[in-house]
Amino acid sequence: MTNKAELAQNAAGRMVPAMVNGKPQIPYLGVAKYSPRGRKTAPPVRSSKDYSDNGDKRLPDLETALRKCGLRDGMVISNHHHLRDGDRVALMMLEAAAKIGVKDLLWFPSASFPSQKAAIELMQSGVIHHIEGSMNGPLGDYCTQGKMRGLGVLRSHGGRWQAIQDGEVHINIAVIAAPTADAFGNADGSHGKSACGSLGFALADSTYADNVVLVTDSLVPFPCIPWQIQGNNVDYVVEVDSIGDPAKIVSGTTQITRSPDRLKVAEYVARFLRDAGIMRNGFSFQAGAGGIALAFVDYLRRMMKEDGVKARFVRGGSTRYLVEMLQEGLTDYILDGQTFDLDAVKSIASDPRHVATSPFTSYNYHGKGSFASMVDAVVLGATEVDVNFNGNVVTHSDGRLLHGIGGWQNCLEAGCTILAVPSFRDRIPVIVDEVTTLTGPGELIDVVVTERGIAINPRRQDLLDAVKDSSLPIRPLQDIKSEVERICGGKPARPQLGDRPVAVVKWVDGTVLDTVWQVG
Amino acid sequence: MSLMGREFMTGSVEEKSAGAGEAGHCGRDVRSDLHVAIEARDSGGIEITMQSRVAPYYGEAILAQARRVFDVLGVKHARVELRDEGALPFVISARIETAARRAGLGVGRKAAPEKIALPEPSPRDRLRRSRLYLPGSEPKYFINAALHGPDAIILDLEDSVHHAEKDAARILVRNTLRAVDFGKCERMVRVNQLPMGLEDLAEIVPESPDLVLLPKTELPEQVAETDRMIGELKGRYGITRHIWLMPILESALGIENASAIAQASKNLVALTIGLEDYTADLGVAKTAEGRESLYARSRLVNASKATGVQAIDSVFGDVGDMDGLRCWAENSRALGFEGMGCVHPGQIQVIHEAFAPSPAEIEKASRIVAAFEEAQQRGLGVVSLGSKMIDPPVVQRAQKLVELAKRMGKSSSAAGQEL
Repeated sequence: MTNKAELAQNAAGRMVPAMVNGKPQIPYLGVAKYSPRGRKTAPPVRSSKDYSDNGDKRLPDLETALRKCGLRDGMVISNHHHLRDGDRVALMMLEAAAKIGVKDLLWFPSASFPSQKAAIELMQSGVIHHIEGSMNGPLGDYCTQGKMRGLGVLRSHGGRWQAIQDGEVHINIAVIAAPTADAFGNADGSHGKSACGSLGFALADSTYADNVVLVTDSLVPFPCIPWQIQGNNVDYVVEVDSIGDPAKIVSGTTQITRSPDRLKVAEYVARFLRDAGIMRNGFSFQAGAGGIALAFVDYLRRMMKEDGVKARFVRGGSTRYLVEMLQEGLTDYILDGQTFDLDAVKSIASDPRHVATSPFTSYNYHGKGSFASMVDAVVLGATEVDVNFNGNVVTHSDGRLLHGIGGWQNCLEAGCTILAVPSFRDRIPVIVDEVTTLTGPGELIDVVVTERGIAINPRRQDLLDAVKDSSLPIRPLQDIKSEVERICGGKPARPQLGDRPVAVVKWVDGTVLDTVWQVG
Repeated sequence: MSLMGREFMTGSVEEKSAGAGEAGHCGRDVRSDLHVAIEARDSGGIEITMQSRVAPYYGEAILAQARRVFDVLGVKHARVELRDEGALPFVISARIETAARRAGLGVGRKAAPEKIALPEPSPRDRLRRSRLYLPGSEPKYFINAALHGPDAIILDLEDSVHHAEKDAARILVRNTLRAVDFGKCERMVRVNQLPMGLEDLAEIVPESPDLVLLPKTELPEQVAETDRMIGELKGRYGITRHIWLMPILESALGIENASAIAQASKNLVALTIGLEDYTADLGVAKTAEGRESLYARSRLVNASKATGVQAIDSVFGDVGDMDGLRCWAENSRALGFEGMGCVHPGQIQVIHEAFAPSPAEIEKASRIVAAFEEAQQRGLGVVSLGSKMIDPPVVQRAQKLVELAKRMGKSSSAAGQEL
């Protein structure tokens, strides 16, 4: 319990716990201020003599595998979330652990989903001590209400890799859902009845965990080609009937927003990239799978065709819109972090120009660079942005956990970071005096695009100059904020937050950026 | 339960008939609206219970506003239940006022929101390429309508409003005219046919709409009657701005009378046509090509040109078919129409493009105008371009086109660029 947390003020002026789940923390020092030292962590050395020469690592079930891995009270066990809300493996693992009778586990998924709400009962019964990973829906509420025993730790995709490789989180057992695998443990996500595309989020777990278990519903004879997970890192392979519900793993179709107001935002974003000269031959961009982001891709694609412009690469979250761009020759490559719809899964399985990436290559800040800073423009959402361009993506304005950070923080490294947001939602202004939960420092957020106009961060004089002759509605952020407050009938009241931390938000370098406080 | 504000016409402030009333909408899929249930009582003051999806931010503000509204309406004792889906303040006032009136409370009083500055008066011959229909009972569409850049918005009290909701829409549209900034858009209201239209006019004319659309107009007398009523209300409320008229001809008889209707009032600036009702009147199917209405539309264009008013086309109903819309709008311009209606913001840009002269047209017209001006300077009676003589009507058409292109923000050099 962290009732009387010792707090320290970090460089962003936020009060953050000095200790998180028994470990001392470094408060956020500022962008690019913290220099890590030491060596990366490593799993134990193993020997081929302990593994069968015929490469068969199969065990009859997950419970046996967990026992063989030496599952004990207090261990750290992990999953990836490529199967999204359709995942069956995480609960299968947690229930097997409950059956074995262990307590106080730290569950370390790359993200949790509403379908995993049974984890609440396992927290109540003591099997799980706490969760480190994004939480939303029922799990988010459970955490925000202060019911979890430990503090939630929210990390970006890159931050999760950093935490694992730096040894901040030592995974005892990784259980990896694999849409296709061979008995040796080579695995791929793009084929099989539960295909989900890239398995990038599971790579760190497979590389650094003490023990690695693969769970598959589509076992193929060696070799499983291609292999994104290498069997040489895998201890055991378990075959099950089903690792997930295909209908919830990928959406059959991803839909462009039909809201005219949101389409306006998307159109402005695309026109901004054109007018600012960012959309030029050989450029690159990243956009997610949200309604505005998809619509943006569609507008940009039309403009690229009109102007005869071709991208060198685009980053996914891939969808059919990016796939169509690839097929039309509007980009040379898709560098894919996660694969959202059926067209994208089909494409990554068959087109060598559609490449699976991992948080190591794309996002990890404690590496020798990453792709994130090489992307020319990225289009992101946010729940709030404040007058200093700071962004919040993890909590509602009322302080409840809404969604995980995902790659959001990592993407802020791009050449031009754009938040594409409606100026208000249900009377709740998106532009505020101070964000409820700081997730991204304003110095890395360059442009805020709303349906009422586009605000450019004053730090980016180059962008202001680039669009000075544009017909786009470029306005100060404060100006848009004032207009929205007039429409909404004044500034919203500040949410009533408790004084007890329930989770922390990590920055990409592992320092603590902000605290999520108990609500309700 | 839902009394239609009939008492309003009597002006009585008596609360004897007080009962219960409800207004507005709530539910998971409802946005930017508020449901109010009021139960009058004899004592105990105002007791409000509230549920709101924006409670942490505006809960106190909503309660304070509700109390102010009851104060203005002179309601002292009532039990009130609010279910709010993020309604903006001008909607909250309208819903509470409507529920109160339906409960027989606050009769003869208005709880109108604070008035923002009126936009510039609308010139008689302004561009009317696109007018975006907004159902008068759907507040969520109002606030951002102008951002999509139509030449006009229409707050509709007629066909898009259910019969039982006419009173609610009237109050909501009145508040909207007072509180919502529609930027450069002309603010139009489509009222109901007379006599119900008279109740609409009584509520909205005091808020100075720029133009009133008169549905199902068949006779010049209907226009004259409406014009007289507007004049009377303007006098009563001291309004000096123009309130223009645009009748919608929606029947064979209306089309036959097009030219007489166009001349029925000096405030009439345009004729338009309603094709759903017109084709129903003819007993023919409405097609995407519109062959069945070619005569009516041409007749309307001719009557408009003959009487010096604008000719405006109907709407294109299939919001998913942008190619069909473009084709219809280009045809429409070719027939002599100057604009058309929109039922979705996505149609606006396509319509503006279709009604704009092409770069080649502008280029040619500019050269003709330049040649004309040069001839004038040199005192020549005959205008020629190269080896070709240019007749005066050709010059006139070219001048009109260049002027129009300028107003649409187009020029031959920067053709295709947006304003």
